[in-house]
Amino acid sequence: MSALATLEGCAAEVAREDRPDDAPRPILRERGQREVFCGLTGIIWLHRKMQDAFFLVVGSRTCAHLLQSAAGVMIFAEPRFATAIMEERDLAGMVDAQDELDRVVNRLLERRPDIKTLFLVGSCPSEVIKLDLAKAAQRLGAVHMPRVRILNYSGSGIETTFTQGEDACLAALVPVMPARPADAPAELLIVGSLPDIVEDQFLRLFAQLGLTRVGVLPARNARDLPGVGPNTRYLLAQPFLGETAMALEGRGARRIEAMFPFGAEGTSDWLRAAARAFGIDATHTEQVIAAPRARAERALANLRPQLAGKRITFLPDSQLEVPLARFLQDELGMELVEVGTPYLHRAHLARELDRLGPAVRLSEGQHVERQLDRVRADRPDITVCGLGLANPLEMEGLTTKWAIELVFSPIHGFDQAADLAELFARPLRRRDLLEV
Amino acid sequence: MQLAVWTYEGPPHVGAMRVATAMEKLHYVLHAPQGDTYADLLFTMIERRGKRPPVTYTTFEARDLGKDTAQIFQDAAREAVTRFNPQAIIVGASCTAELIQDDPAGLAEAMGLPCPAIPLELPSYQRKENWGAAETFYQIVRALADRSLKREPREGRKARANILGPTALGFRHRDDLVEIRKILSALDIEVNLVAPLGATPEDIARIGAADFNIVLYPEIGDEASRWLERTFAQPCVRTVPIGVGATRSFIADVAELAGADPTPALGDTSSRMPWWSRSVDSTYLTGKRVFIFGDATHAVAAARIAREELGFEVCGLGCYAREFARDVRAEAARCGVEPLITDDHLAVEDAIAEAMPELVLGTQMERHIAKRLGIPCAVISAPVHVQDFPARHSPQMGFEGANVIFDTWVHPLVMGLEEHLLTMFREDFEFSDEAGASHHAAHSPRKATPEPVPFVSSEVGTQVEAPVSGLSTALETNGEWAGSLWTAEAERELKKIPFFVRGKARRNTEAFAAADGRRQIDLDTLYDAKAHYAR
Repeated sequence: MSALATLEGCAAEVAREDRPDDAPRPILRERGQREVFCGLTGIIWLHRKMQDAFFLVVGSRTCAHLLQSAAGVMIFAEPRFATAIMEERDLAGMVDAQDELDRVVNRLLERRPDIKTLFLVGSCPSEVIKLDLAKAAQRLGAVHMPRVRILNYSGSGIETTFTQGEDACLAALVPVMPARPADAPAELLIVGSLPDIVEDQFLRLFAQLGLTRVGVLPARNARDLPGVGPNTRYLLAQPFLGETAMALEGRGARRIEAMFPFGAEGTSDWLRAAARAFGIDATHTEQVIAAPRARAERALANLRPQLAGKRITFLPDSQLEVPLARFLQDELGMELVEVGTPYLHRAHLARELDRLGPAVRLSEGQHVERQLDRVRADRPDITVCGLGLANPLEMEGLTTKWAIELVFSPIHGFDQAADLAELFARPLRRRDLLEV
Repeated sequence: MQLAVWTYEGPPHVGAMRVATAMEKLHYVLHAPQGDTYADLLFTMIERRGKRPPVTYTTFEARDLGKDTAQIFQDAAREAVTRFNPQAIIVGASCTAELIQDDPAGLAEAMGLPCPAIPLELPSYQRKENWGAAETFYQIVRALADRSLKREPREGRKARANILGPTALGFRHRDDLVEIRKILSALDIEVNLVAPLGATPEDIARIGAADFNIVLYPEIGDEASRWLERTFAQPCVRTVPIGVGATRSFIADVAELAGADPTPALGDTSSRMPWWSRSVDSTYLTGKRVFIFGDATHAVAAARIAREELGFEVCGLGCYAREFARDVRAEAARCGVEPLITDDHLAVEDAIAEAMPELVLGTQMERHIAKRLGIPCAVISAPVHVQDFPARHSPQMGFEGANVIFDTWVHPLVMGLEEHLLTMFREDFEFSDEAGASHHAAHSPRKATPEPVPFVSSEVGTQVEAPVSGLSTALETNGEWAGSLWTAEAERELKKIPFFVRGKARRNTEAFAAADGRRQIDLDTLYDAKAHYAR
């Protein structure tokens, strides 16, 4: 981090200037309106991933409205999330709010006997009035354990941006993971929620590598958590898990340094790093990844002509921006104009950042108006942005890709590499196709 | 504390956004934490607006709380005024900012901004979206109306009316307005102002110049219209012209206030609904049991149309807007049913399940309930989703609105003769009640079955509906045929693919295997095929 200089405010011009290759990369830091989701949004995929868990947001009508607007998944009769909407009388006195919460939780658990883990999720208003959800989780846990385990984390917008909600949720699971003794055999832990189909692909590849002791966090069953201990080596599947990583380190686990498993190269690096950490013979590793890697490259070759040379800007959204930019640059030949991210985890992204060319403008945080000014000045071929900005930019003649689809679609691993590239190719193809 | 899964209304500041977004040259400075910007997507995605809502969010974070969030507010306000140069701004707080009590109103006033700053007090923990919209519109009108304005004498000029209520994200507001303008034009009445939709703050100043007001959406325009009645002695037309009968009453009321002859508007030859309803094909509509739920205005209008203009039987009626529950209670009494006044969609679901109607008329929420219960449904009220903002002209108001309503409500039903045939040939595999009405291409109602739920939805924000694909279902269930090629492992893998693309994945893989001369489809074949078809 010390090697990275930072620029204040609207210093885009400075960031764009050519610098010698060994100069520290300037990062544009901005403070202003942020056009991002809060951490509550993570519930939308987490509740589908952990099938025995329920997420109860303790918040306001705004929180409930956000979830249903962002989700667009009202086809579910009763999803495994809900909001306990605080009302005027809850704000009058704290004791009252805790009693109310007990009442709501008891009613919920009565209705839904299938719930085995309940997350009490803090929100902006609950954090501001300092409603102690840890205490509530403890109190309610004492009543409902062992049938229901009750945990808490905060997905509030004042503390978390979009995918940081998953980070906070997984970090809350770490303390309840079973302890593995110091003399237990070494075990690999994959961290970060992946669609089941992708998770299974990875597990098969690890099995072929000869790794059979592989845990996954979050487990599909939240009550079926993998163990953790000094012999646990963990591998991040997502780039936004800083807090979870710290919690795992606190329990003795050690991180395997790798690129993130996007594209043929990222996935190869990710698998190789794990294999190396477990002393797997490098020749064997190459044999295992050769076929799926070649398949990924074949599929990507079809898409490369559509994307090569195209200029792309990422607005900050999910923290996936840096590894995705690396993939698009290295494997599809796209030109990176600006890579914005809500938060740059320098340690976890070190290998990714090394790959980004020195001319790439990196920005952290957001001042949305100024950033849009830059997009209008840069006129990239495609801009990755949130749902609130996509249609307005399209109306200005700028092609966009909804960032949220990158979080909700299977994009990791060899067999999804082309799907990931297709997400960027389709808007461009459509732009060229339409004659209206 | 209220346990909610889905809500009919957003928080009151979203109501304020609907007003701000509808207007021109007005800006909303909203003290709110990061994350509250989600509300922008309601307008840009659901309504497909090509412009961002004119809202600046202060987006404060936890680390700002100990310091000066008030300063953040003032910086944001100053920057917004400089950048967007609005004629006026409205300032307020979302639920979280309300708790930190920074007083945006006082802060804005102290700044000496070059344009009026209208403060909004929208109590987030008591009130909801529609109330927020009504209050915002009222405050804007109160602050900006030029009270010194004197109406010119009525002699020698056309009568002038204000049309009040249409906002952004309103159910068919855009199209209703076209119909209302048509009626006023037929009556030779001048439109002084439409607000909030399309009005600038400077336009609002001359609101007092109209002879009378027309409130199209009482949930939003009523509060302001009552103040205008008191301040400018402007009478008000409150008949909501949804349905043929209501449109006729509306025309009569407007004509009376304008001193105009109603005949040209009443004689609209494009009013087809009465004949469509009287024609013999519609006989089968008689006594169809219909359950109605929505905001108060649309629910009451729907009940009247159902009873008087289509010959349905109303078997349930309710609304989520407590502020307007009185009208719904009165209409429920006329229908002979118990009114259901609630904002708990689970209670509505129970009521629908119990009533077992043949048609549900409701909001998006009821559409989902009806879908699960396998009951035909049409949407009549907000909250709405992307498919309720059609590209075509599709009003609810006026005679054309009635035509649209006839089509929209009758379409989900099984047609007259077909209904009989279904009863006769119930066992026919193609022609059964489960197959749905024959004029429905892809979204026929069907028996409630548990829906497979994909982990991912690739079209978030636009609410994907699972198509009921007969073909893939047939393939899924044809175990013998499918099992002969596929290894168990590959078959299991295929099941992990979202069901609505599974049929296509299966067909593609099999075509690929055949072309490639493979006798078995294992995992590698599946993924080789996937790579092959990647564009």
